[in-house]
Amino acid sequence: MTELPPLGRDDVAHVAQLARLALGEVELETFTNQLARVVEHARDVAALDVEGVPPTAHPLPVRNVLRADDPRPGLDRAEVLAAAPVAEEGRFKVPRIVGEAP
Amino acid sequence: MTATPFESALAVADAVRRGERTARSVVEAALEAVAKRDPELHAFLHVAADEARAAADAVDDALRVGRDPGPLAGVPVALKDNLCTRGIPTTCASRILAGWRPPYDATVVVRLRDAGAIVVGKTNLDEFAMGSSTENSCVGPTRHPMDPTRVPGGSSGGSAAAVGAGLVPLALGSDTGGSVRQPAALCGTVGMKPTYGLVSRYGLVAFASSLDQIGPFARSVADAALLLEVIAGHDPLDSTSLDRPVPPVSRSLDAGVEGVRVGLVDELVGDAAPDVARRVREAAEALTKAGAVVEEVAVPEMRLGLSAYYLIAPAEASSNLARYDGVRYGLRVDAPDVAAMNVATRTAGFGPEVKRRIMLGTYALSAGYYDAYYGKAQRVRTLIVQAFDRAYERFDVLLGATAPSTAFAVGERTADPLTMYMSDVCTIPSNLAGHPAMSVPFGAGDDGLPVGVQVLAPALGEVRMFQVAAALERAAKARWG
Repeated sequence: MTELPPLGRDDVAHVAQLARLALGEVELETFTNQLARVVEHARDVAALDVEGVPPTAHPLPVRNVLRADDPRPGLDRAEVLAAAPVAEEGRFKVPRIVGEAP
Repeated sequence: MTATPFESALAVADAVRRGERTARSVVEAALEAVAKRDPELHAFLHVAADEARAAADAVDDALRVGRDPGPLAGVPVALKDNLCTRGIPTTCASRILAGWRPPYDATVVVRLRDAGAIVVGKTNLDEFAMGSSTENSCVGPTRHPMDPTRVPGGSSGGSAAAVGAGLVPLALGSDTGGSVRQPAALCGTVGMKPTYGLVSRYGLVAFASSLDQIGPFARSVADAALLLEVIAGHDPLDSTSLDRPVPPVSRSLDAGVEGVRVGLVDELVGDAAPDVARRVREAAEALTKAGAVVEEVAVPEMRLGLSAYYLIAPAEASSNLARYDGVRYGLRVDAPDVAAMNVATRTAGFGPEVKRRIMLGTYALSAGYYDAYYGKAQRVRTLIVQAFDRAYERFDVLLGATAPSTAFAVGERTADPLTMYMSDVCTIPSNLAGHPAMSVPFGAGDDGLPVGVQVLAPALGEVRMFQVAAALERAAKARWG
């Protein structure tokens, strides 16, 4: 197996962007140092030979569970929308999603 | 533990059901205790005084017309603030959910009410249950009930401190990597993580869905058993909920441990500080004296648990916490378009530990690293399950420390996340395997603060586990009173 590269500043900047987090310069530095230590520690796992060992994603042998398709009340719409940052005409309202029409 | 207006949850419920004490007077005593102690402890994020009084009056009314309010009649309960309570703030100690009032109750909350229990408030936690000291709360730490310079443990530190200080006889927490058991150990209470799927997760704000379980805090093993029996059981609203009878844990508490095979786990003793390790060995001796067959056993795979957990849990968290986008609930920080609004909201709303875990999880799942980190961690999880299976061929339960040390000082471990993560080393393996485990107070460390001994059992082994826990409790009582 090829050697895993250590976690660096660019990796942290990249995952922050994927996770929709903005980091300042100082934060980027601090997080990089802290996360690099955790990833370094995780190498005892990454270095193990687990060829042929099946992965466990879940402690139970989970199967998909479907309920009977009977109508039943959902959450109260007004109560749900009351918790929204912005709602309008019975809907969640968000800022512009795509660019202005040309 | 400190003085309390409540002998036990069992005694309170019994007195209320017999009409010797009103639920209202019990709740007033709890609210008074909270008002007196909590300014110093900071165990509560929200006290639901009006709702609690109304619920207590309803219990008293039911009794007056001859209806039994249930096994927890009038018993005050505190809830970790990641359990949804309809109309009552549920914040996860995060700025991103400040002031959020859920439109529904968690299943455990419904079951508590149906059993006659009274929810008195919501307790402090590490933000989104990510931490081991309750210092990651956006509104500041909870203090240890016996020493305000120490942490109560975490992440369910508010619930542990509230029960440890005797403000309430019972509380609920959630345990993803030890977040019930570790603070229970540090605060000198009983704390238990059920078999995965035994208690519904519906309405528990998700952190790492394949690991999260809700569990009880109590001042005795019998009270913890009672609370578990109330909250456990199949729930169609949680697709991972087990459709099986609830283990009758209360029934065998007095059965003793004659012939029970106990494995004292080398790794769960060796990784603990000398004063904690000594108590664990004494607990093993106490079980031997009570008739159990105790043998030492090595389970070296447990040492891989910490690394595997800190890849798996953040990976699941990074996905679960994607829902905090400023659209449907909680904080929104305005920006000209939706993507910028998401970034501004999440950047302002999440604290540093949550950001660390989201980024760590995103990294472990990202292209090029998925197989090396997340994929490997999942296979290591299998190795840990297999190691447990081998151990349980020889033993009925396993024994070890719950936490490597007694309560540490506020601020001691905040600078280095990895040092903080080590606090969970003894509790994580049970979460990875989906097994039950519980912490029972057993004496004190060199600093006079409580030590917790951990009893681990295979999936759905709760009856045997509680039986052993009850024996340890009797031994502790005989020795220290």
